[in-house]
Amino acid sequence: MGITQLLFWILAIASLFSALMVVTSKNPVYSVIWLIITFFTISGHYVLLNAQFLAIVNIIVYAGAIMVLFLFVIMLMNLSKETEPQKNKWLRLIGALAGGCLMLVLVAALKDTAGKDAELGTGSIGLIQNLGSVLFHDYVVPFEISSILFLSAMVGAVVIGKKEERTGPREGNRQLVEDAKESMGV
Amino acid sequence: MYLLLADWLLTLIEKFVLIAVIVTTALIVAMYSTYAERKIAAFLQDRVGPNRAGPFGLLQPLADGVKLFMKEEIIPLTSSRFLFILGPMLAMITATMTSAVIPWGSTIDIAGRVVPLQIADINIGVLYIFGVVSLGVYGIMIGGWASNNKFSLLAAVRGASQMISYELAMGLSLLAVLLIVGDLRMSVIVNHQMAHGWNVFYQPLGFLIFFVCALAECNRTPFDLPEAENELNFGYHQEYSSMKLGFYLFAEYINMFISGVVMATLFFGGYDIPFFNEAAHAGTWWVGLLGFLCLMTKAALSIFLFMWIRWTIPRFRFDQLMNLGWRGLLPLALINMLITAAVVLWLNTK
Repeated sequence: MGITQLLFWILAIASLFSALMVVTSKNPVYSVIWLIITFFTISGHYVLLNAQFLAIVNIIVYAGAIMVLFLFVIMLMNLSKETEPQKNKWLRLIGALAGGCLMLVLVAALKDTAGKDAELGTGSIGLIQNLGSVLFHDYVVPFEISSILFLSAMVGAVVIGKKEERTGPREGNRQLVEDAKESMGV
Repeated sequence: MYLLLADWLLTLIEKFVLIAVIVTTALIVAMYSTYAERKIAAFLQDRVGPNRAGPFGLLQPLADGVKLFMKEEIIPLTSSRFLFILGPMLAMITATMTSAVIPWGSTIDIAGRVVPLQIADINIGVLYIFGVVSLGVYGIMIGGWASNNKFSLLAAVRGASQMISYELAMGLSLLAVLLIVGDLRMSVIVNHQMAHGWNVFYQPLGFLIFFVCALAECNRTPFDLPEAENELNFGYHQEYSSMKLGFYLFAEYINMFISGVVMATLFFGGYDIPFFNEAAHAGTWWVGLLGFLCLMTKAALSIFLFMWIRWTIPRFRFDQLMNLGWRGLLPLALINMLITAAVVLWLNTK
């Protein structure tokens, strides 16, 4: 067993274990922290495949930014068993079923790739130069379209965030005062 | 086969020694940064500063360290114990991790063996720094939440939102540098500056944006809102005592040192000695050492600048901070990047 293979097995076990812990952790904050560890192990797999750029972008975007926002929201909501609505039995069953369906599709998709082994440490598509030329040369139109999609999502987020400002506390107070005046007949 | 194994082992030992030396250097510099901070504060406020422990108070950092170690360790009963301990650890780890990709000097010859003074010259060097910086917020967030104190949580949330906001402008100002150099390797960035002059002359605006963002990422004044005493009592490390508090405070100084070194590497030629042709004396040990000293001097200057700013400028309000980040620095960095890209494209196609 070479050192790469050893590293692969360690990483694979770590990623499976941490992914399981995400689902089974009782406290959502711990779930998020396990998810961060999962992203790190996945980045490790990318490094083994000689895709350093993907590895570091995975860490910057997912572990460094998106998970921070997750943590943010969960910490501020202060979830606990008392305040969180517990899902009923049927919902859990259906959730498990849906997850099982997804797994079935994934396994079916990966079944035919038996002949195509992963290139360990020799592939070069994940390097920044090759990835750049693929994205901005071969697939430039789909890439730009997806960036427009991102932009529209961002604009949408800003619009949704802005909406709440219209009914500020001051306006609400004014309304209350008006109502009170009316009820008193002033 | 044996020769290969011996070579591999030698490289391993070499790297371990390098890691030990660099981390120790960072710790010592951070230690004496606390002393420098107090002395500079005293100078700017027309005081004497620490002068009791040793000559000129030089042993003051040691006394502080012993004091922190000897203090009683308190873990609040309502805290999440594991995360409470993990918080300062993460702060310290992320502070020291960046040093791995920084070229601390050119190569030196040790008994016929060429040793590069850099732990890892990975081909995504700049992105690695960016990744570690983006992880830096976890120490604050996890520690602040695990304390189970509303002031700590508020400070942690403030710190996280501030860091996320300023990371964007920081990344964009870095991109402009990358466009000029055309490579992400830290060693190539330094070599490019040796050949073509320092990046700060090509990217003065980029450097300014990067500097302001570095101040914000290190939670230094005027961006030290996570530690605003008059609003939050003490900040995200309110419930911490003993060396765990020491780790948080210490991590800030290490961050300051590392960001000084990163700025020197990206904008001020790294270990390049000004007005001196290193290529003529390549490989000799004293050039390597002089280059290292040069880098340290540049870093020390930027640490001094950080401290000068801290004791001169008052703190921002939170809405001012967000306005500056999103409406000031981000568009400026975008424009800077676009202009740089256009000029680079024009020069390349000419």
